[in-house]
Amino acid sequence: MKILVMVKQVPDTATQVKISADPKAIETTGITWIVSPYDEFAVEEALRIKEKRAQGEVVAVSLGPDRAKEALRSCLAMGADRAIHLLDTAWTGADTLTTARALAALLKQEAPGLAIFGRQAIDDDMGAVAAQTAELLGWPCASWIMEEAVDAGGSSVRVARQVEGGLEVFDLPLPAVVSAQKGLNEPRYPTLKGIMGAKKKEIKDVKAADLGIAVEPPALTVVTLEPLPARPPGRIIQGEAADAAKELVRALREDAKAI
Amino acid sequence: MAGAFWSVVEDDRQGNPKKVMAEVLGEAGRLAAKAGGQAEAVWLTDKASEAGVKQLGEWGAKRVLLLEGAAFAPYRGEVWAAALADLAGKESPKAIIAPVSTRLRELMARLAARLGAGLSADSTALAVDGERLVATRPVYSGKLLAKMTWAKTPWLATLRPNVFRPGDAQPGAAPQVDRPSVAAAEAALKFVERREESATGLPELTEAEIVVSGGRGLKGPENFVILENLAKVIGAAVGASRAAVDAGWRPHRFQIGQTGRTISPKLYLGFGISGAIQHLAGMRTSKVICAINKDPEAPIFKIADYGIVGDLFEVAPLLTEEFKKLLEK
Repeated sequence: MKILVMVKQVPDTATQVKISADPKAIETTGITWIVSPYDEFAVEEALRIKEKRAQGEVVAVSLGPDRAKEALRSCLAMGADRAIHLLDTAWTGADTLTTARALAALLKQEAPGLAIFGRQAIDDDMGAVAAQTAELLGWPCASWIMEEAVDAGGSSVRVARQVEGGLEVFDLPLPAVVSAQKGLNEPRYPTLKGIMGAKKKEIKDVKAADLGIAVEPPALTVVTLEPLPARPPGRIIQGEAADAAKELVRALREDAKAI
Repeated sequence: MAGAFWSVVEDDRQGNPKKVMAEVLGEAGRLAAKAGGQAEAVWLTDKASEAGVKQLGEWGAKRVLLLEGAAFAPYRGEVWAAALADLAGKESPKAIIAPVSTRLRELMARLAARLGAGLSADSTALAVDGERLVATRPVYSGKLLAKMTWAKTPWLATLRPNVFRPGDAQPGAAPQVDRPSVAAAEAALKFVERREESATGLPELTEAEIVVSGGRGLKGPENFVILENLAKVIGAAVGASRAAVDAGWRPHRFQIGQTGRTISPKLYLGFGISGAIQHLAGMRTSKVICAINKDPEAPIFKIADYGIVGDLFEVAPLLTEEFKKLLEK
């Protein structure tokens, strides 16, 4: 079975993020880029399915600027067989729907049995692309999955998706879209052999025209990025533990009116 | 009604809207008052209680569009999105908003794709600005805020719970109730089972008004009972940092932060949590933040409204006693 895994390159959580001269974007110099953590769960799961079935192909896909190739290279080092880079200036400023349209067109061409996404990318935290791609294709979709089992015949997948208060288990006919929640697996680290091997694997550039699509203007756009409003300075309550506890409870009731 | 501000109802699956709907309908009402139109609730369910419909009216829904049928339970995105899109096509609402929940986040994404509309997920503010709507939402682990706008209507957005103000309650308000028929879509997902989490007797993390959270400073899973005792007294949910979850002390569903749940309670109390960026990403929009930590240099003190530098094993039981005294008064 062929599996496509969608990944996004995002700034490392610990990286400092500054607004650029163009207030719609961040300053990208000096940023450490990583594969979005939920997408790593997706890559890991795809590799496990392939290993378990002892056949198939894992293809990593990313839409982004030139530097997104590094993210794809990381996926290849983990064990993906090949990669596709959706690279076109027409996709600059793409919103989730624009991205979903591109991915849906690619999925139509590639015709995999399963498309795995991360639950959300940790830069814009929209968490919409997986479900939107499924909707455009008319494929079934299960979001936030914690468990997955593809049946022996490769015709359906059983998933447990996280919902408030529990897990819901569903069978989805394939092809289908699923999105990975933390807890699905523990992503592997690339081995040295994997890293060396990744250099020889194919990363194919694909433009919008190659997918036969005309890129429409985004339905949602950034007006501006803003720094967080400053929080009022906090207060450290001094004194013996018993007095401090008493004072904190008083302050929460009388000053902050929080309880 | 054309130009309406729709609120998609999240419920307890037993026929009662969740109280987060007071916030969503409150916001829909405020936006409608500014932009013209009225607040309406759209409820997809297999069973709506009469009290629930009335409740939506008291929270500000002028009209309730009730899509009631066995096909709507359990939630399946392909069924719900098709029904909502069909109804939106007939009614032409100006905006469709919903609270953030696992299923409504997915539903709204599917709906946006179906309608070719923009979607602002996990928004923390909405404002009518002339002819357009502007959403505010945290991005980059909550380090920045992005203001977003839509190219056209309908405007779709999900709203972070506990952030938006409920409207003024309208006791006795009787909403118009309609049961429109919609095109039925066939379900592709086949339901197998639902596995309930062991009941903690405490509120759900993302919905709780007060959250007590523990980190590595708790030293082991057995010590979470100290926080549970406090939580029981003040009606709080208990969460954990990534460090505590990765150490296997708590199941992942209790994790607060970037790879866990995003919360925005009225009161957050962190015990033995250093305040790594990835934790702050999941709780920094909390209204009042308290931190109890031995280390005076812990980054969480930088964003805390109140802090106690001290041993949580000493402070937490004292706080439990003090809260007990306060609330028994």
